[in-house]
Amino acid sequence: MSNTITFMIDGVEIEGKPGQTIMQAADEAGIYIPRLCAFKGLSPYGACRVCTVMVNGRPQAACTQPVAPGTVVENDTERLQHLRGNIVEMMFVEGNHYCMFCEKSGNCELQAMAYRFGIAAPKYPYLFPERDVDASHPDILIDRNRCILCGRCIRASSDLDGKNVFQFVGRGKDKQIAVNAEARLADTDIDVTDQAVSSCPVGAILKKRVGYAVPIGERLYDHKPIGSDIEAARTAGS
Amino acid sequence: MVVAKNGLKRVVIEPVTRVEGHGKVTILLDEKNKVQQARLHIVEFRGFERFVQGRPFWEVPVLVQRLCGICPVSHHLAAAKAMDRIVGGENLTPTAEKMRRLMHYGQTLQSHALHFFHLCSPDLLFGFDADVAIRNVIGVIAKFPDLAVQGVMLRKYGQELIKATAGKKIHGTGAIPGGINKNLSIEERDGFLKDLDQMVEWGRGALKVAKDYTVEHLELAKEFAAFPSSHLSLIREDGAMDLYDGGIRAITADGEKIFDHVAPEKYNDYIAEEVRSWSYMKFPFIKSLGPEEGWYRVGPLARVNTCDFIDTPEAEAARKEFMAVTDNKPNNLSLAYHWARMIELLHSIEKIKDLLHDPDLQGTDLVVKGERRGEAVGLLEAPRGTLFHHYKVDENDQVTMANLIVSTTNNNEPMNRAVDSIARKYIDGKEITEGLLNHVEVGIRAYDPCLSCATHALGQMPLVVELVDCEGNVIDRRSK
Repeated sequence: MSNTITFMIDGVEIEGKPGQTIMQAADEAGIYIPRLCAFKGLSPYGACRVCTVMVNGRPQAACTQPVAPGTVVENDTERLQHLRGNIVEMMFVEGNHYCMFCEKSGNCELQAMAYRFGIAAPKYPYLFPERDVDASHPDILIDRNRCILCGRCIRASSDLDGKNVFQFVGRGKDKQIAVNAEARLADTDIDVTDQAVSSCPVGAILKKRVGYAVPIGERLYDHKPIGSDIEAARTAGS
Repeated sequence: MVVAKNGLKRVVIEPVTRVEGHGKVTILLDEKNKVQQARLHIVEFRGFERFVQGRPFWEVPVLVQRLCGICPVSHHLAAAKAMDRIVGGENLTPTAEKMRRLMHYGQTLQSHALHFFHLCSPDLLFGFDADVAIRNVIGVIAKFPDLAVQGVMLRKYGQELIKATAGKKIHGTGAIPGGINKNLSIEERDGFLKDLDQMVEWGRGALKVAKDYTVEHLELAKEFAAFPSSHLSLIREDGAMDLYDGGIRAITADGEKIFDHVAPEKYNDYIAEEVRSWSYMKFPFIKSLGPEEGWYRVGPLARVNTCDFIDTPEAEAARKEFMAVTDNKPNNLSLAYHWARMIELLHSIEKIKDLLHDPDLQGTDLVVKGERRGEAVGLLEAPRGTLFHHYKVDENDQVTMANLIVSTTNNNEPMNRAVDSIARKYIDGKEITEGLLNHVEVGIRAYDPCLSCATHALGQMPLVVELVDCEGNVIDRRSK
């Protein structure tokens, strides 16, 4: 059995390895497929659907779809970028995302994704849900207003931290992130160094008392768009 | 104009223009067009004191500055000063304090320049009742292009200083609890030094325009919304004007001290607020004098009156000239605000000059922290006057209480007195014209009010004047 699998992304021939997802192979080839729930080191999840690509003409999540020989993948097309942009807009209106004073601003993957898609303001009506803040832990804060239900914290806690701090509860619009305790984050065994904290793509799980310490101009996405690190690999390699 | 059942006529000016925020003036006239009452109403409402509740304390300096787009730095710094005390970091490092001061002087420069050159200069250059078609900033650009450009460039310089210290020209993040998140690079410093001499020269020029106008129109100034009042501001320990820090000093209209060097956290023992049904803006007063007599002025006029001296040479020389006009007694002329404001503009430039030459700005020790507190007050001299931020924070780091007394709120009663005094003097018994009604606005503008901030409000900017008859009907209404 060959240890390379050849397939196409947007007309470019890519060599993947058996067991890889389309996203993993694309990353290695320097092709950026937008994503929010996928995170290096975590098992594929397929929650956010921002990584949707067309595989032989059918929509699939690039983070969960394995590479297969001869498949034709569409990624950077106008239609897909439009659909992905709509998903991001829906995330904005579903929560309470006030980038203008959020401490994650400039380092936030959701905000950076919106900039990458050129979203100035969502076209959908805001839902303004009532969500709470759990500041009970001495070093960590959960602001559910900003949660996009990506599930990174759930997977990071169980798969990387060896704990089981987070879980989803509720269904549909009432779905939210809950803690594995009677009521509060303070009652769990989470630690501020846990990857469940650092993997949050938005300002929903935060390390306390360090907000705004990085000046504007030096934040992660102040000068380069999200995904440019992956694309840089392609530029350097080509 | 409307005649009400009681026979009184009501004139409304709505919106009042060339001010920050949305407000209106109502003037009640009897059957002989005699003024019975004139009031400035603030018709905006904001809820910042409520919606910072539950938010983490370190977010507040960035969140609460969204009260305003003109001098957000004031709210940013006042909140940061309060949060310094929450984290026990009120004794800032030299770099942190000087960076914040540079941000604040940059702000004062840009805000004062905006007001003088673009908001009030049309009244001073063309006359209060000049043709409204030219009595505006476009008219200033057409007839006095040099002055208009200087206004723009002074503002730009101030805004660039804010960007260099806070990261953005509007709504930055520079000040964090216990310090600052960046220093000033050599490149940034040299960029500012390059244009500094030009700013000093323009600052001197603006001061001269304001001074000459006031001296030449002194008789007008003595009868135009001139009334005795107490004055209040922060003051440095040695009695110098200090726009960033200090204790609270209040003086009477004659210059007698009511209280002095009051620690910010004690403000509640000395100042209270009264609510009146017809305005969203509260009426603060000095407790010992009571709500009737305890009102006071804040802002440039009050600061020049309360301080013993200014610690920069050119502004101090200007202050002496200013005080000589009233025989070294407090100046109680509303129109003198413009002169005082330009003294502060030059003072800010002088301070910026001193700071830019200070190597502490390139220091790397940016944040200090100490013993945590649950309650704190941060005070600042914003361009428009003394700004009070008071917060309580629980053990989970969440804000449980916020009280803001915003600069313009302090000037609520003086502005209402100005409106009433001008209405009685200029409108009483006359046929109402736009020029006459603009006199009322000139009186309000002298205080450079920020009506949006004053109610912690959101909404549109402009203002309205209403003339109401004795039965409460609106008989005339001017709105722009």
